[in-house]
Amino acid sequence: MAPPKESSTTIIHEQPASGAWVAAPYPVVVADGSGTVVEVNAAAAFLMDGVVPGAGMTDVAPSWLAEAHADAVVGGAVPRSPGEAGVLPSVRGHIGDHSFEAHPSWGRDGQVVWWLVDDTGQRLAEAALSTERERATFLAEASNVLMASLNTERCMLATARLAARYLADAAVVVAPASGRTMPVAHAVAGQEATRALVADDPSLVPGLSEALQGFPPVPSRWIDPVTLPGWMLPEGFTGPIGSVAVTPLPGHGVPAGALILLRSNGRAEFSESEELFARQFAARAGAALSAARLYAEQSDITRTLMRDLLPPDLHRVNGVEFAGGYQPAGAREPVGGDFYDVHPGGTESEPSLVVLGDVCGKGLDAAVLTGKIRNTVQALTPMADDHQKMLRLLNGALLNSHHTRFATLVLASVLRTESQVRLRLTSAGHPAPLVVRNDGRVEEAATHGTLVGALPHVEARSVEVHLQPGETCLLYTDGVTEARGGPLGNELFGEERLARALSGCAGLPGAAVVERIQMLASQWLRDGRHDDMALVAITAPRTTHLSAVNGHTRGRYTA
Amino acid sequence: MNTPVMTTGTDDCEALRDQLWAAVTDRDEHAAAGVVLAALDAGTDAETVLLDVIAPVQAKVGTEWAANRLTVAQEHAASAIAERVIAALARHPSTRRVPRPGRITVACVDKEWHVLPARLLAEVLTLRGWGVDFLGAQVPTPHLIAHLHTSGAETVALSSSLCTRLPTAHAAITACQAVGVPVLAGGAAFGPDGRYARLLGANAWAPDARTAVRLLADGIPAPDLAIGRTQVDDLPHLADQEYTYVARSQGQLVREVLTQLEQRFPAMNAYTSQQREHTAEDIAHIVDHLAVGLYTDDDDLLPTFLDWTAGILTARSVPARSILPVLDVLAAELQDFPRSVRLLDHARLALDATLASAGHNSGAPA
Repeated sequence: MAPPKESSTTIIHEQPASGAWVAAPYPVVVADGSGTVVEVNAAAAFLMDGVVPGAGMTDVAPSWLAEAHADAVVGGAVPRSPGEAGVLPSVRGHIGDHSFEAHPSWGRDGQVVWWLVDDTGQRLAEAALSTERERATFLAEASNVLMASLNTERCMLATARLAARYLADAAVVVAPASGRTMPVAHAVAGQEATRALVADDPSLVPGLSEALQGFPPVPSRWIDPVTLPGWMLPEGFTGPIGSVAVTPLPGHGVPAGALILLRSNGRAEFSESEELFARQFAARAGAALSAARLYAEQSDITRTLMRDLLPPDLHRVNGVEFAGGYQPAGAREPVGGDFYDVHPGGTESEPSLVVLGDVCGKGLDAAVLTGKIRNTVQALTPMADDHQKMLRLLNGALLNSHHTRFATLVLASVLRTESQVRLRLTSAGHPAPLVVRNDGRVEEAATHGTLVGALPHVEARSVEVHLQPGETCLLYTDGVTEARGGPLGNELFGEERLARALSGCAGLPGAAVVERIQMLASQWLRDGRHDDMALVAITAPRTTHLSAVNGHTRGRYTA
Repeated sequence: MNTPVMTTGTDDCEALRDQLWAAVTDRDEHAAAGVVLAALDAGTDAETVLLDVIAPVQAKVGTEWAANRLTVAQEHAASAIAERVIAALARHPSTRRVPRPGRITVACVDKEWHVLPARLLAEVLTLRGWGVDFLGAQVPTPHLIAHLHTSGAETVALSSSLCTRLPTAHAAITACQAVGVPVLAGGAAFGPDGRYARLLGANAWAPDARTAVRLLADGIPAPDLAIGRTQVDDLPHLADQEYTYVARSQGQLVREVLTQLEQRFPAMNAYTSQQREHTAEDIAHIVDHLAVGLYTDDDDLLPTFLDWTAGILTARSVPARSILPVLDVLAAELQDFPRSVRLLDHARLALDATLASAGHNSGAPA
């Protein structure tokens, strides 16, 4: 019969058969009110040397049991008659390497019967379970933190901070060197992580260069704390170092770095399961860091490749104001199939060439073709006075390329004469530019022509337009007029609305015209999808700065 | 700061503001730049010029437009001039500064065109030596996050002026926090007391640029990523899907209101297509604000907007009580949606009170 495990209450029978528990597989000790052992069974005698009838509990029993017995006989409510229940608390303690639960119950004449139950296995299982739970929680939290960022610095700081909090007293993350310096993150448990750049030879720290190379795979290495270079000690870490482990952070084919764990003197060395746990953490941190590194490399490449595809910043050239605005269709790519450029004239008396166009399609594929067209147009600028010839050459170049896409565009040669701006405009299959007069009239430039890159011959008609001071010529792509939305949700913005909006922009600076049209189109769209939208405003400045004493006091103006 | 700081009295600032206002309303960019640069030459501190001269003048542009004393064109011209004046100020030799560690990303919420408040903050931070990435107006959230991954900014200062952008702002705030970067919210959209910034879980809110700079200097703690917070945790009321419904069927609601108004008021049949479109736009704005009221579950949002609209309409000699039938039709259309009905009832009562106190005939439309 197993003793009652949970309950510390036992009903005492009239004639307790002392023989019954003598054979019990659990150790049993009976002691009286004076603390003298009265009876023991074989299991108890085997467990505890010297516990024999007549011996004092304080002399022979483990101290926790002797104390519990003393408490029980002093404080416990001794039942007045057998059969009456008395409640005694059970206690826990160690005997040798084993852990026991001791359940007391009242015997005859105020004696206490101690039933000892070995719960070592259960205790170990409980401890292991709670450690595993803590680790699982930590790994889940670590994953949340590490997966959040694709920024290498932030990943390194998070790795150091997490490692210092759970795995060691302090942690250092070393990333592979970029150039001559290695990025390093330091963290002390309970403090913010800090970063630094270290110019030192990693091979001076045993195991570090191997860990940084990421190949071949090396296990964590225990190193002598005295070999640590000064830069490895985090600021705020005091006291002597007891143990140091260098753990590689495994990456996806790219070295992710190394994690160095520091424990202060006096704290236990890493156990095998702690080492395993550190490796599990290192695997997650390494995966996050290498993903961040890959992302950084990829976005560097993208940035470099995209630099020439981005729309240029426009400004005043040879006395003419230029302003541009661009909204690509996709929220993800900053480039698309619309493009514009201003190629300044060599001198004030040479016209500048403006080109704005739209390649069939959108996204990166279209953007790549805009790059080619823009380069070709730039190469053709020496013949900018002959738009027809430029278009013919451009058409030939596009037909001969392997792209099957075509494009529409507008060319504008822009020359300032006195206070006027003279424009020669040629549309190749593109919406005609709009001119905003100072009185609010909006005129469509009467130019039209065939698109380029589709047919063997192109034709186009150019037109001359003069701008008075304050007047603007707007080149735009059909993404603006084909914006779908409005208060009712499904209408096109349309040319009429564009012209009406422009009419309200009479006399505005070019930048304000572009901003206003972009804003109206964007409001029209609400949250709807749209095509690429590009705008260029060519404006004859309203006032001309003739002389200025030091560049920024007010000079004389002509209107 | 190492810029020579001269105490500029309020009178001096007021004089500068008047001069700048004159130049801006005159659309005279050179005169405007002249006012600002002369002030810097005279030793006025650049931050004072930005925040006590340029910012109030720009705010006045907005209020004057609302009062119908400035045209939309003048408003745009004023912004364009302010942009260039700020650029000129940044190049002035007196604005050289000592760099300090720390990088801040300043951006406007997607579809937010009011760039000036963010621009001013970016300039003041630059003056104080911070590394600043100014991403400008209407930054799509994916661009903002891509930027944060590559730049390693310690905080994002997010600006929004229009409260209709609040759902987008919420998406941006949670996205920044999800990559571990705290967000400082600012701008009129977040409410005069910052209540919407708190509601949407921003890590900090500043009513003005100076407070923003101080909060950033004190440091804004990074969000705790370990918890794994999600967007819907902030706004449990979204579970009823009313916001989703109203936002999605916006165009349909506007059309329905327009049709019913035309039946009620035969005079509308004589409207030109342009007038009709204006009316549709006004209705669309009311539906937009109702939707954001549902998103924030805030009773005051729609009334505040209607109060402002009533002022705008009155300034343009349009009777403000013309809003009332719009609310009535919307309430009837959305009768199955308890929160929408609550917000519309609340707005109706508030507007009645406003109209009554302004001496208008409230109640039944003419």
